[in-house]
Amino acid sequence: MNAYIKAISYFLPEKIVTNADLVKEFPEWTVEKVAGKVGVHQRHIASEGETASDMATQAAEKLFTEHNIDRSTIDFVLLCTQSPDYYLPTSACLIQNRLGLSTSCGALDFNLGCSGFVYGLSVAKGLLAGGIAKNVLLLTAETYSKHIHPKDKGNRTIFGDASAATLVSTDGFASIENFSLGTDGRGAENLIVKKGGLRQQDAINDLTFDESGNPTSSDYLYMNGGEIFNFTSEAVPVLVDEVLAKNQLPKDNIQLFVFHQANKYMMNYLRKLIEIDQDKFYFFLENVGNTVSSTIPIALYEAQKEGKLKGNVLIAGFGVGYSWGATVLKCR
Amino acid sequence: MDSNEFIKNFAAQFDDTDASEFTLETRFRELDEWSSLNALAILNMIGKKYSVVLKPEEMKPTNTVQELFDLVQSKIS
Repeated sequence: MNAYIKAISYFLPEKIVTNADLVKEFPEWTVEKVAGKVGVHQRHIASEGETASDMATQAAEKLFTEHNIDRSTIDFVLLCTQSPDYYLPTSACLIQNRLGLSTSCGALDFNLGCSGFVYGLSVAKGLLAGGIAKNVLLLTAETYSKHIHPKDKGNRTIFGDASAATLVSTDGFASIENFSLGTDGRGAENLIVKKGGLRQQDAINDLTFDESGNPTSSDYLYMNGGEIFNFTSEAVPVLVDEVLAKNQLPKDNIQLFVFHQANKYMMNYLRKLIEIDQDKFYFFLENVGNTVSSTIPIALYEAQKEGKLKGNVLIAGFGVGYSWGATVLKCR
Repeated sequence: MDSNEFIKNFAAQFDDTDASEFTLETRFRELDEWSSLNALAILNMIGKKYSVVLKPEEMKPTNTVQELFDLVQSKIS
């Protein structure tokens, strides 16, 4: 049985942080220049007390309304987040209840970042192929803003909070084809929030600032930009080649490439490295930023609205873990 | 190591500045589009094309293409 994307909706929290807001906070810093380079003009930020599960619930409600989907048909919920409400129970169980989904519905969380949407599709496809579920609600929701130090201007410029809801079903507008997935845990230290898990439950309070005023702290999100840059420029071209081979498609037969919207400069760097034409490469981050696991479904939603989801669409996610994955969507 | 080739590879890491504008004397940190992201791309290029792994701190004191070229050269020989 083949698996299809049937519908996508997304949700953005109400609070907006514009570049002008960041300029006010960091008058000594070239916000406009950096923001231009990473291609983000504003980002939405979850308010205090608003969690990823709240946002995932909102995205699912939007999906049901916008696409006229009967919630009683949902028989599995997958939530991708690195910002769960609790250690336990699983946020997906809370969401099942809040959405009023059937109690015969399966539900689980999985912890991935920028590769999460592709991994979610692979699990959903497996659930369908195994005859375990027929209508999988794949939710991606992230609030990196809660992990970022308030003085970390670089990451605050790039990241935004958001959630997306994708219905994977036995029919739909995009057939989910073959996958290429990969993992390299040697990169774990290069994108990490150390505090809060059981290896390091309490705050370490080791905050330092470099000469440009950038904070480094084990208690907040740490990203080694150089290492992440090297990782993506190594892994993503290989990932694209592999997924093309697994789908027996030449690169010219891809009508649109939708990559994880990491930042504009990095994406353009990858685009040139892989030799993808500009008109086949989709950007959507100007008004939302890098929303981690939701960048690809948000971009797919917007590309569909623009009539650009036609033929073979290659999607690729890569980041924290390290973890990466790609697949081809055959769109009607 | 060929300096013209190095200039070409260096220039390819910029989006808005025309490749023809780059010489060994170019003070790249003064270019309009310069940012730390270009530095990451340049370090990545140096790793790939010259098999030299430079840390961002090592690149920091360089201001002209010549200075960076000399630094890479010194790591090769």
